[in-house]
Amino acid sequence: MNDKLYRIILFVAALIVPIVCGGVVYALVTDAYDAFEHFGFLNFLTSSQWSYTAGNEQYGALPFITGTLMTALLALVFCIPFSLPVALFVGEYFRGTKVASVLSTVTDLLAGIPSIIYGLWGFFTLRPILMALDISPQGSGVLTASLVLAIMIIPYVASLSAEFIKMVPNDLKEGAYSLGATRAEVIRKIIFPVAGSGIFSSYVLAIGRALGETMTVTMLIGNTNNIPDSIQSTGNSMASIIANQFGEADDLRLSSLIAIGLVLFLITALINMIGKMMIKRARIV
Amino acid sequence: MRDKVVDFAGSDAFLTDKEMAEMEPVVHVPTCMGAVVVAYNLDGVKELKLTGEVVADIFAGKIRMWNDERLTALNPGVALPAEAIIPVFRSDGSGTTFIFTDYLAKVSPMWKEKFGAGKSVNFPSGQAAKGNPGVAGVISQTKNSIGYVGSEYAFAQKIPYAIIQNARGEFVLPTAESISAAAAGTIPADTRTSITNADAAGAYPISAFTWIIIYKEQNYSGRSKEQAEATLDLLQYILSDEVQNITSEVHYAPLPAKAKELSMENLKAVTYDGVAILQ
Repeated sequence: MNDKLYRIILFVAALIVPIVCGGVVYALVTDAYDAFEHFGFLNFLTSSQWSYTAGNEQYGALPFITGTLMTALLALVFCIPFSLPVALFVGEYFRGTKVASVLSTVTDLLAGIPSIIYGLWGFFTLRPILMALDISPQGSGVLTASLVLAIMIIPYVASLSAEFIKMVPNDLKEGAYSLGATRAEVIRKIIFPVAGSGIFSSYVLAIGRALGETMTVTMLIGNTNNIPDSIQSTGNSMASIIANQFGEADDLRLSSLIAIGLVLFLITALINMIGKMMIKRARIV
Repeated sequence: MRDKVVDFAGSDAFLTDKEMAEMEPVVHVPTCMGAVVVAYNLDGVKELKLTGEVVADIFAGKIRMWNDERLTALNPGVALPAEAIIPVFRSDGSGTTFIFTDYLAKVSPMWKEKFGAGKSVNFPSGQAAKGNPGVAGVISQTKNSIGYVGSEYAFAQKIPYAIIQNARGEFVLPTAESISAAAAGTIPADTRTSITNADAAGAYPISAFTWIIIYKEQNYSGRSKEQAEATLDLLQYILSDEVQNITSEVHYAPLPAKAKELSMENLKAVTYDGVAILQ
């Protein structure tokens, strides 16, 4: 009897999640329908116009898709030189030592900082530095947003990659050492090939987080509705345009913003799926 | 407000005829006056004079450098740097943007044709931030920037702002007095009017009313008569001298006597079940 009850509770709980997810998709699709109908699905995705002119409103998602992908990918590039060494430090070189546990705790702490704090730090500390160094004359932009995003995703990448590095079988490593391999050679020839797709998947999953980050990006990207023509220029991401304009939007603009939300949802889902597939492959190896 | 879930709504932009047509009759009650100031961040520049057209050209991306000859001609003796101007505007829809662009559209035919007036406008250059605090923050953190901010934020945060030429040709600094002076002209009975670029002596040209909007018939969504009376009590209190005198302390400006009279008249037309609430 108890077992049966337990099953039912589990079943209901498990059912609620897909229902919520389905409901979100349903709401997004129905509310985005107007925009897709008015502009055409493909045209909405490829138009770079975002113009409020009454009577001739033009809303296209391309500037924001570009802005999102640019910030997320740049953040990924910037985070590699920090997250990979941390992962190797914690997962291989100083594995199990006090230093490693302190380092991994500190890295994990980064994940607990609210994004508004990252935004404020970026705005008041990083942005003036970039301006003073003349790296970005107007301060805000894709580059500034990506740098802060990079710091935000380091903990996710570092701890997940460290787990995959720890999973590399000891036999393989010991075998390599017995053949006279140095530590650097073991990392290059054993750890990277074995844990590679796992490490890669941790980066893919981190992109998923970078794509949807809203507050930090809104505070730093400059919020202009055009396609960024360089990494210093200003732009807007899908999440930041929604955060900026949702409050006062109605009719077609509201529907367009929801359509952007749907596109963001699809892109994030796709990237997470790729990440999951990579993890599965990593397990098989 | 439109969904009839609130007692009143506040707005810097009055409802358009189209919006009015889609709703049941409403009453606009001006509560006080505010202005939009043109704030800037320039090392060593204490006073900056601008005309409406120059402001329009800066935000249209036509004047790109601080040492542009039109700027230096307006500001003789001021050392304007040979740096690019960084315009800052609002990323969210806002009444502040409406007041600012309404003014630019009045003084610059180019602005009216290319960009128009609205709560959201397609600014061609610069960067945007969310809310008045966002714009004020970006300006105070970014050298060589210029942007428009609600006067209450600029006054409170003490960031420098420009002196703007009004319709009479006078260069006016936004103050409580110069903002109130902008309402000295004729005001229509329903108070729905833009007073930017007002033709009045000493008037700061980018001034505006800020309104509270209520439904003319107060019996909606099951509201009680007590609620309706309390709403009107509040509005009468807001219009009283006691409150109007506080406005300048909190960095707004008081309503001129005429606007107050009109508001009191309009409040008398507010009904509950068709019966006037104020006797």
